[in-house]
Amino acid sequence: MSETKPAHPSRSRRISEALRHPPPGAKAVAIATTSTIVLLVVVGFVVINSPGWERVQSSFFDFDVFGERFEQLVYAFRINIQIFLISQAMILVCGLLLAVMRSLESPVFFPFRAAATIYIDVFRGVPSILVIFLLGFGVPALRIPGTTNDPFFWAVVALTLIWSAYVAEVYRAGIESVHPSQNAAARSLGLSATQSMRYVVLPQAVRRVIPPLLNDSIGLLKDTALVSFIGAVEIFRRAQIVQAATFNFTVYVIVAIIFLLLTIPMARFVDWLVARDRRRQWAGAR
Amino acid sequence: MGRCPVKGSAIGASGRSLGDEALRIEGLYKSFGDLQVLKGIDLVVAEHEVVCLIGASGSGKSTLLRCVNLLEPIEAGRVVVEGEEITGRDTNLDHVRRRIGIVFQAYNLFPHMSVIDNVTLAPRKVLRRPKAQAHDEALTLLRRFGLDEKADQYPDRLSGGQQQRAAIVRALAMEPDLLLLDEITSALDPELVAEVLEVIRELAVSGMTMVIATHEMGFAGDIADRICFLEQGQILEDGPPSQVFGDPREARTREFLQRVIESGRMGGEAAKHLRLTE
Repeated sequence: MSETKPAHPSRSRRISEALRHPPPGAKAVAIATTSTIVLLVVVGFVVINSPGWERVQSSFFDFDVFGERFEQLVYAFRINIQIFLISQAMILVCGLLLAVMRSLESPVFFPFRAAATIYIDVFRGVPSILVIFLLGFGVPALRIPGTTNDPFFWAVVALTLIWSAYVAEVYRAGIESVHPSQNAAARSLGLSATQSMRYVVLPQAVRRVIPPLLNDSIGLLKDTALVSFIGAVEIFRRAQIVQAATFNFTVYVIVAIIFLLLTIPMARFVDWLVARDRRRQWAGAR
Repeated sequence: MGRCPVKGSAIGASGRSLGDEALRIEGLYKSFGDLQVLKGIDLVVAEHEVVCLIGASGSGKSTLLRCVNLLEPIEAGRVVVEGEEITGRDTNLDHVRRRIGIVFQAYNLFPHMSVIDNVTLAPRKVLRRPKAQAHDEALTLLRRFGLDEKADQYPDRLSGGQQQRAAIVRALAMEPDLLLLDEITSALDPELVAEVLEVIRELAVSGMTMVIATHEMGFAGDIADRICFLEQGQILEDGPPSQVFGDPREARTREFLQRVIESGRMGGEAAKHLRLTE
C-alpha cells in the first residue's frame, strides 16, 4: 500500500534517502573489505607478473638487508628528530611573530607589515632545497669569523626560515578568523591593541589552527631528509652510504617505512583533533 | 548648542534627579564609504539620565553609540564626556574607553574564558587591580545580577539572557561613567528579554547614565527620561516619552510609531501614551 500511495510523502522521501546513504553497518564493512581485497589482488597480480619484478624484488625488498640495516637507520633517524624538534620550537615562535607583524593595522607599522609580507613571499616561493644549499654551503664559504660550517646548525636555520613562512600564514588565517566584534569588545573595555591581541584574539586564533599547524609539522619532519644534501649524516644520508656499499635499494624502503611510522600517527591525530573540534562546535551551536 | 540644555539638579521624566552634563555630542558626522550614516547629530545627556534612541534599522542608532565609544572614527564634530573632549587629536583612546561601557547586541563575550575571567580581564589588565581584588569585585557584581553560580562556566553554557547579563556585568566592572547599550535584547528569544530589561531597570534606578538604542518601545517609554527619534542619520525628535510617544511633533515620527504598533512590538507606557492620542 505504501509503495503505490505513500501515506506521507516526506516519509517515503526520507526512506529513499536512507537507502542511498545506508548507515555504516555490517553490510557496509563487508562491501568495503571485499572491494579492498579485490583491488589489492589485481594490483599485486600486475606487479608480480611484470617482466622486471624479480630484479626489483631482490634490490628493493631484500629481507636480509632489512634485518641487518633497520636498527642502524633508526639510529641515524635520531638526527632527523633532533633537527625536527629544535626547528619546530623556533618555527612556532617565529611564525607567530611574523603573523602578528603582518596583522598590525596602524599605518605606523607599515615597514614591519611590508617586511613580513616580503619575507613570507620569498621563503614560501623558493624551493626548500635551494635555501638549504645557499645557507649550508654559501654562508660557511664567506668565512666570516665566528660562523660555523656545522651542517646540523645550518639545517636547523634553513628549515626554520622556510617553515616559519608557512606557519605564519596558518597563524594569520587563524587571527583573521576571529570575528572583529571580539576585538571591538576588548577595545571597548579599554584594552590596548596589544592587550586585545594577546588576551582575546590570539588565544582563540591559535586554538583554531592547531590541526593545520600539525599538518605543517608533518611536512617539516619529511623535509629533514633534505639536509642530507649539505652533509648532515641523518637517515637519508646514512641510507645513501649503505646503498653505495651494498648496491641494494632496500635501505630506501626502510627509510620510507621509518618516516611513515611517525607521520601516519601524526596524520591520524590531526584527523582526531579536527573531528573533536567539529563535535564541539555542533554541541555549542544553538 | 544641544537640543535639550540640561541644568544641574533637574528632574527627568522618570522622576530621577539629574546631575551635571555627562555627555555632549555636537555636529557629529560619520560615513562608511559613500554612505552618509550620521548627518550632524547634537545630543546632550545629563548624569543619571537615561536616553533611548529609537528609529528604524539603518537610521544610525548603533553607529552613533559606536562613535561615542570611539570604536568608529568620526569625520566631524565633537564628543565631550564629563567635560573632557574625547575627539581631540591627542586623546588617549584606551583611556577614554575605560570610562564608557558598551554592551553589544551579540553579547561579544570572550568564548575562551569563563564568565569570571570575562569580567575580571579588563580590571586586571587595564586598571591593574590585584587578581584577588578583581575576583571579589566581579563576584559581588555577578551576585547582584544573579550570575554568581555561573562564574566558572564558559559562555556557551549560558542562555542568551545570561550571556547578555554577563556582558553587562563585564562592562560595569570597569565602573564606567556612561553605559551605552546597543539593541541588547534584539538577539534574544522573546522569553529571555524580560530578565535583561530588568537588569537595565535596576541600573537606571541606581543612577547609571545610559544611552540605549532599542526596538522595545514599551521598555523605552517606561525607563527613559528622553526619547530621541533618529531617521536617516539625524535626530528628528527629542523629548520626554509622554511627548514623543503621545504627541509626536513630526509626521515621520508618527509614521514610524504607527509601523511599530502594526508589527505588534509596542507595549507598556508607550502604548498607553499612543492610545491617548487616538
